[in-house]
Amino acid sequence: MSDSSLFIVLIAMVGGAIRVSTPFMFVALGECLTEKSGRINLGLEGNLVLGAMVAYAGSYTTGSPWLGVLFAGLSGLVLGAMHGYICKLPKVNDIAVGIAFMSFGTGLAFFFGKPYIQPTAPRLEAIPLGWWSSNPSIEQALQVNPLFLVGIALAVFMSWALANTRWGLIVRMTGDSAASARAMGVSIDLVRLLATAAGGFLSGIGGAFLSLYYPGSWNEGLSSGQGLMAVALVIFARWDPIRCVYAALLFGAAGAIGPSLQSVGISQGYYFFNAAPYILTLFIMIASARSKSAAREAPGELSIVK
Amino acid sequence: MTAVVSPAPIAASRGLDPRAISSIEAILIPVGALVASAILFSVFLLALGKSPLTFFSLVWTGGFGSAFSIQNSLQRAAPLILTGLAFAIPARIGLTLLGAEGALVLGGFSAAAVAIPLVTFGFPAFIGLPLMALAAMLAGGVWIGLAGWLRHYRGVNETISSLLLGYIAIAIMNFFVEGLLRDPASANKPSTMPMGDAYRVGSIPGTSVHWGLAAGLILAVVLYILMTRTTFGFAARMTGGNVRAAKAQGLPVGFLVVTCCAIAGACAGLAGFYEIAAIHGQANASLVAGYGFTGILVAFLARQNPLAIIPVAIMFGALDAAGGLVQRRMAMPDATVLVLQGIIFVVLLVSETFYGRIPFLQPRKTGDRT
Repeated sequence: MSDSSLFIVLIAMVGGAIRVSTPFMFVALGECLTEKSGRINLGLEGNLVLGAMVAYAGSYTTGSPWLGVLFAGLSGLVLGAMHGYICKLPKVNDIAVGIAFMSFGTGLAFFFGKPYIQPTAPRLEAIPLGWWSSNPSIEQALQVNPLFLVGIALAVFMSWALANTRWGLIVRMTGDSAASARAMGVSIDLVRLLATAAGGFLSGIGGAFLSLYYPGSWNEGLSSGQGLMAVALVIFARWDPIRCVYAALLFGAAGAIGPSLQSVGISQGYYFFNAAPYILTLFIMIASARSKSAAREAPGELSIVK
Repeated sequence: MTAVVSPAPIAASRGLDPRAISSIEAILIPVGALVASAILFSVFLLALGKSPLTFFSLVWTGGFGSAFSIQNSLQRAAPLILTGLAFAIPARIGLTLLGAEGALVLGGFSAAAVAIPLVTFGFPAFIGLPLMALAAMLAGGVWIGLAGWLRHYRGVNETISSLLLGYIAIAIMNFFVEGLLRDPASANKPSTMPMGDAYRVGSIPGTSVHWGLAAGLILAVVLYILMTRTTFGFAARMTGGNVRAAKAQGLPVGFLVVTCCAIAGACAGLAGFYEIAAIHGQANASLVAGYGFTGILVAFLARQNPLAIIPVAIMFGALDAAGGLVQRRMAMPDATVLVLQGIIFVVLLVSETFYGRIPFLQPRKTGDRT
C-alpha cells in the first residue's frame, strides 16, 4: 500500500468513525442512563430498528426529517416505558424482557415499514466542516451530521448532570443501592421507569440517524446489531457518558475498516472486516470482564455484572 | 415459598401437594399468556381494520388444514425443536444464551463446506452425510461451548457474547461463500457448490417431512431423560439453582457449564445440517432464517422443558407455515407473524409474575406458617 492510499484509508476511517459512531453513541448514552439506575434494557436493538422505520416514515409523510427524528424518539420512549413498567413486576427478569422487546420492536418495524422501503424520504443535511481543505477526501470525511454534535453535547451534559444535580444523584443512588434509595423515600420503580423510557427515547433517535443519514434509507437489514453492541459498549465505557463517546468512535472506526479499504480498491476480506466491530466488542468484553476497576465502577444493583 | 412449608398441612387443607400446584401453574400460566396474546393481537388486527377471525382460521387452515399443511408445519417445526433445545439446556444451568442462530448458520455452513471434498472425490452418501452432520454438530458445539467457556472461566456475560458470536458466525459464512468457496455458477446469490441429489437427506417414509423432525424428537426425549433422570442432569440443575452451593458440593461446575453449552450448540448445528442437507442443498444467505431466535421463544413457552418444546415448536411451525397464506389472503406483510411472536413473547414474560400468586392455587396459611 502506498503512502497516499494509506492516507486515504485513514481519512476514510476517521470519516467513517464520525458517521458510523452516532447510532452507537445515542444507544450507548441511553443504555448508560438506564444502567445507572440499576436496570438493563437489552431490547434497545428493537428501539433502534423501530426508530429507524418511524423516522423514515415520519420524514416521508411530513416532509421534515427533524419531525421524523422526534417521532423516532417518541417510539423509543413508548417501548422503553413498556420495558420499564414490565420489569417492575415481581419475578420478571429484565434481560429476558429485553430479548422479547428486541423481537417485538423489530416485528413492529418490519410490519409497518413495508410501504416505506421504496419511497425516498427527505434526509438530514450534513454540516460541511471540511470547507477549509481542498482535499476532497478530507472534505468528504468531515461532512458531520448535526446529530453527532448533539450526541457529544448530550454526553457532556449527562456527565455533568449525573455528578452535579439532584436528579443525577437520585439516579445513581437507585442504581447503586436500592435500599438506600428506598430509605430516602425515592420510588425506585418510578426512577427506573423514567430512566428506561429516556434511554429508549435516545436509542430511537439513534435509529433515526440510520435511516435518515447513514446508510440513509429504510430497509429490513438496516441495523446489524448496533443496539446490542452498544450495550456491551456501555460496560466497556464503565458507565461514563464521556467514555461512551470515545468507545462509540472506536466502534465506528472498526466498522469503517471494510468500506475504507474498499475505497482504495482492496476488497479482499471485505466480509471479514465487516465482522471487525463484533470481534472488537467480544475482545473488549473478555478484557474488561474480570477487571477490578470495572467491578468497582459498576452500579451495584446491576444484574449483568454480578 | 412452597418448599419451606411441610407438605402435610397443605395437602390436608387443599388436597394439592406443591408439586401438583407447580405443574398446574406450568400449564395454566403459559396457556393463559397465549390466550391473552391472541386477544391483544386481535385488538391490533381490529385497529388495522382486519378480521381476527379470518386470521386465526387462516392460521388453522395453513397450519393444520390438510395433510400437506400438517407436513409443512412439521417440517418447519424440526429446526425449532432443535433451536428450542439449544436455548433450554443452557437455561437449566442458569445461562441465557442467544447463540442458536449463529450455531445453526455455522453448523449448516460447515456441513456444506465438508461436503465439497466429499462430493468431489465421490464418497457415497452413507459416509458423507454422517460426516457432514458431525461437522455441523462440532462447529455448533464449539461455538456455543466457547460462550459457555468465556462465561465460566472469564466472567464474560454469555447473553451478549453469544449474540456477538452469532454475528461473527454469519460473517464467517459470508466471507467464505462470497470468496473462497463460492460456486462460480451462483451469480445472483453467492452460494457454495450444490451437493446434488445423492447427498440429500430424504423424507421420513410415508411423509414429505425430512428426517430432521425425527432427529429433533429423539434429541428432545434423550435430553429430557438426561436433564431429569441422570446424575449429570441433577448436577446441572443444581448448578442452575445455586452456583455457590454446587461448587461447595464439589461439583465440576466448569465442566457442566461448557458441556451443556456444547450440547446446545450441537443441537443448533444439527438443525443447520438438516437445513442444508434436506432443504437448500448448498450454503447461502437463506440459512439466516431466524429459526434460532424463534427457538428462544419456543423454549420460554415450554418453560425450558425438552418434552414440552415439541408441541410448542409444532405450534410455531404451523404459524410459520401459515404465514404465506395469511400474506396472500389478507394482504398483510410477512412480518405479521413477527408481530404476533413479539406480542406472545412480551405477554409470556409478563405472565412470569403470576407464578406462586394465583389465589385459588395457593396453600391456605395455617397459623404462623407462611
